[in-house]
Parts: sequence; C-alpha cells; structure tokens
Amino acid sequence: MTATGTYTPKPGAAPLPRMIAAQALLETKMLLRNGEQLLLTVVIPTLLLVLFSTVDIVDTGAGEAVDFLTPGVLALAVMSTAFTGQAIATGFERRYGVLKRLASSPLPRWGLMTAKTLSVLVTEVLQVILLTVIAFALGWSPQGSPVAVLLLLVLGTAAFSGLGLLMAGTLKAEATLAAANLVFLLLLVGGGVIVPLDKFPSGAQDVLGLLPISALSDGLRDVLQHGAGMPWGDLGILAVWAVAGLAAAGKLFRWE
Amino acid sequence: MRSEPVVQVQALVKRYGPKTAVDGLDLVARAGVTAVLGPNGAGKTTTVETCEGYRKPDSGTVRVLGLDPVRQSAALRPRIGVMLQSGGVYSGSRADEMLRHVAKLHAHPLDVDALIERLGLGSCGRTTYRRLSGGQQQRLALAMAVVGRPELVFLDEPTAGLDPQARRATWDLVRDLRADGVSVILTTHYMDEAEQLADDVAIIDAGRVIAQGSPEELCRGGAENTLRFSGRPGLDVGSLLKALPADCSAAELTPGSYRVVGKVDPQLLATVTSWCAQHGVMPEKISVERHTLEDVFLELTGKELRS
Repeated sequence: MTATGTYTPKPGAAPLPRMIAAQALLETKMLLRNGEQLLLTVVIPTLLLVLFSTVDIVDTGAGEAVDFLTPGVLALAVMSTAFTGQAIATGFERRYGVLKRLASSPLPRWGLMTAKTLSVLVTEVLQVILLTVIAFALGWSPQGSPVAVLLLLVLGTAAFSGLGLLMAGTLKAEATLAAANLVFLLLLVGGGVIVPLDKFPSGAQDVLGLLPISALSDGLRDVLQHGAGMPWGDLGILAVWAVAGLAAAGKLFRWE
Repeated sequence: MRSEPVVQVQALVKRYGPKTAVDGLDLVARAGVTAVLGPNGAGKTTTVETCEGYRKPDSGTVRVLGLDPVRQSAALRPRIGVMLQSGGVYSGSRADEMLRHVAKLHAHPLDVDALIERLGLGSCGRTTYRRLSGGQQQRLALAMAVVGRPELVFLDEPTAGLDPQARRATWDLVRDLRADGVSVILTTHYMDEAEQLADDVAIIDAGRVIAQGSPEELCRGGAENTLRFSGRPGLDVGSLLKALPADCSAAELTPGSYRVVGKVDPQLLATVTSWCAQHGVMPEKISVERHTLEDVFLELTGKELRS
C-alpha cells in the first residue's frame, strides 16, 4: 500500500512537555468552568475575608482583623483547591472513566498527575492574587519573608493534594463529594482559619494544632502577621502530612 | 491482508474474586477487522481491556503489535486507539474541546475539524458532554479512538444503543479505517455488525473462543442450509430425493411449498432446477437461506445471543 489515505496510520506521542501543558490547561479550564468549584475556591474565601474583616463577629485578638484573617483565608484557599476541589474533581473523573481513558493515551500516569499539580498551582496563584488585592484594599499590612510564605504554601499544597487524591482514589465519587465538603467545613471552623485556636479548650488545641490546615494558617500568620522567621514547627507538621498523604495515595489510588 | 498478527492471546485467564471472566482464551487477530462476538458476560470486554493494558492477566500471555500491553505500555499506547464501552470524557468538556485535547497528545493527529464533520459532531456546539445524547457521546468516543492515527483500534461495543443511521455512519468509518490499513478489533453482540464488517470473527462464550473464522467459513462450517421453492402441489418428493445427494432431505411443507435441506451449493441448485425441468415444473419463488452467524452461535452454544 503506497497510497496515503486519510486514516493511514502515523502513530506517535506528542512531546511530553506539550502533553503535560495541554492536560494542565484542560484541567484548569474544567475547574474554572465548574460553578461548585468556584464557590469553594473563590466565593467562600473572598466572602469570609471581606465579611469578617469589616464586621466584628469573631474576636481576632489584638491588631487589625484583616491582618489576622488574611493568612487564614490564604490557607483556606490552598485547602479548597488542593484538597476539596481536587478530591471532588478527581473522584468524578475516576467514576466517569476519564482517568481510565487517559491511561491508554500517550500521556503517562505521572504526566497526568504532574498536570493536575500544575493546574492546582495555577488556580492557587489566581486565588492568591485575588485575595491579596482584596486584603490590601481592606488595609492589610503583611510582614515577614516571602520565601517562608512560599515554602508554607508549597508544602501545604503537597499535604492537601496527598489527602485529596487519597480520598478520590479510594472512595466512591459520591462519598468523596460528601466527605470532602464535610472536611472542608470542619477544618474551616476548627483549623484556625477564622476562629483563633486559643478559643478552643487547651486539650483540643493540642490536637487541632497538628492538623495540616492549622499548621498552614498558624505558620502563615506567624510570618505575615508577626514577622516571624521560618516557622519550622509548622513546616515540619506539613511535611509529615505531605509525605504520609502522598505515599498512601501512591499506594492505594485506584484508577477505575 | 494475511500478515503478522496484530493481537496474540494465549491461554489467557482472568478472574475477579471467585468469578472466572476469561478461562484459557486463545485468540489471534491479523490485519483487517476482527469482531469478537458473544453474549453479555462472555468475557469480551475483559479480553479487550487486557489487550489495552488495563488488566494484568492472571495467567497466559498477551501480545499487541508484538508488545506486552502492561510492561511495554509506554511504547504501545501511542500506537493504539481505544474506545471504551462508556464514558472517558470530562463531564464539563465540550465535544470538540475533548477531541482537540486528545489530538494534542499525539504527534501526527488527524484533522480535527474534518473528523468532527465526518462524524456529525459539529451539531454538538457548546453543549457539555453530560448533556450530549447517547449517540453523540458514542461518536465522540469513536473519534477519540481514531484521532491519533493509530495502527490498531479497539472498539468496545461501538454501536450499542445507536439508531440505524448513526450505526451506518460508524460502520462506514470502520470500513474506511480498514481500507486505509488500520486494524480494528471490535466487540459486539450484534450478528449483522460482525457479518457486515469483519474479515474474521471470534465467537466467545463463557470466557473461551469457541469458534473463529471468516463469516463465510463460520456460516458454512457444519451448518446445513435450506433451499425453498414453490410449484404445483403434490410433486413426487421421493423422486426429487433420489436425484439429490444422499445427505439431503426434501419435503412438501404446505401444499405447493417445498423445502430441501442439505449442503446448498451451486450444484445442488442445478440439480433441483433440472429435476423440475424434467418434470415440467416451473419453480417459483426459489430461495436459498444462508446460515447466519446467529444460527451458528445458537448451534455452538445452545443460547440466544441477545438473551
């Protein structure tokens, strides 16, 4: 057969960077198109920041409310995207055979996970830009080192991604949807996001302080509100969650 | 088209818990279109998904384009196209968006716009996947399987639930793929689909291949065919029987309606018509009923395909 028809085979994988970029772009588009996801990642953090900064509902301690709230809301934004959003989206992709279909495409599995991470990071950058602009408008005056902040955000993302993927890869999609939203709500209240941890009884404080959301919001607050150096304790807690979560997800994740 | 096998399955066994889905299955598929035919639960999907690298055999070997689908998956995946039985698309994505995305994962994809036109997906517009009709979802999955210009395409029940027109469109595409040198493995429980499209048919039942061959071979093999004709009532059937080969039978079913059962070939037809000529009979409504794959399946398994 010398003649070339429309469908004459000419197989080949696209270059890896192109595949991963295309996948990350599509994942980000899907996320930004989804109304419920936007509610979690954009609307709720923004509302909390604006509402609690301008209306005196929660006693946020000495200093401006916005200086207490912004680090907490940034932590919440990371959790909403890396954990809740990623868990729900991935759970349904698994349920509807998207992960299965992509697994037989030229894109390797690690490439798909890399693209998912990129998509989470892009979303987080957009969230951080939006929230910091609003915070500045509300009179926020951040302190501390941007490097420490960046390190906290990256480790927080890793910790929440591991837990989100663990949930998405082991539970049914509906169970993931319910559980991820419930965890979001519980950690929003009990993770030092808008309610200072010292409002809780001291026994509970010790336990709550070990949660990834508490470590992230506490670390961000130490740096951004109090100008502390590297918050090693909080970074350590996040690192442990990240390693444990990602290892468990890597071992237990089921693709279909 | 008889070349190197594109798929070679030997003694494949696959169990899910206590249930044995595939039970020592042997299958060789060569270039062209191979239909894997069988009732629901026969092991068709498990077999195909093992070839696609989704499942690891419990025992036996599987080679696709000469490669191990699990261990050499990275080399195999760009060369095959996969259409799952259902799903596989982001529920919030549009048809053209998803197809363009899959095209981007390949080095030399087909022209996406032409493929969209060809499969009538242009009418999907900005509708997201979850709101597409079942037929549109099926055609999108088919498009995704071929857009990367693969050597071998796996289609798992590509026309299940399609209306006749959409079914025809799918069949036409499969024929074009074949003409352009793409090999196709398709599973189906539609007899006519296998008869229309396949160079080779493997009939699967209870996790094993129970017969394989071209549709003609399968329909000929062992099965007896029927010749019917009408004439004036009361012809001497005994005399007709004497003219026929020994393994044939003949009978007048209703007055004036005759049936000959046996190996119906051109010679038999000539024998019947010359007997009629000798007896001054004008045979009207002469017809030959070829055995269909449906009959073959029934004979082999004692089961209806679509139960």
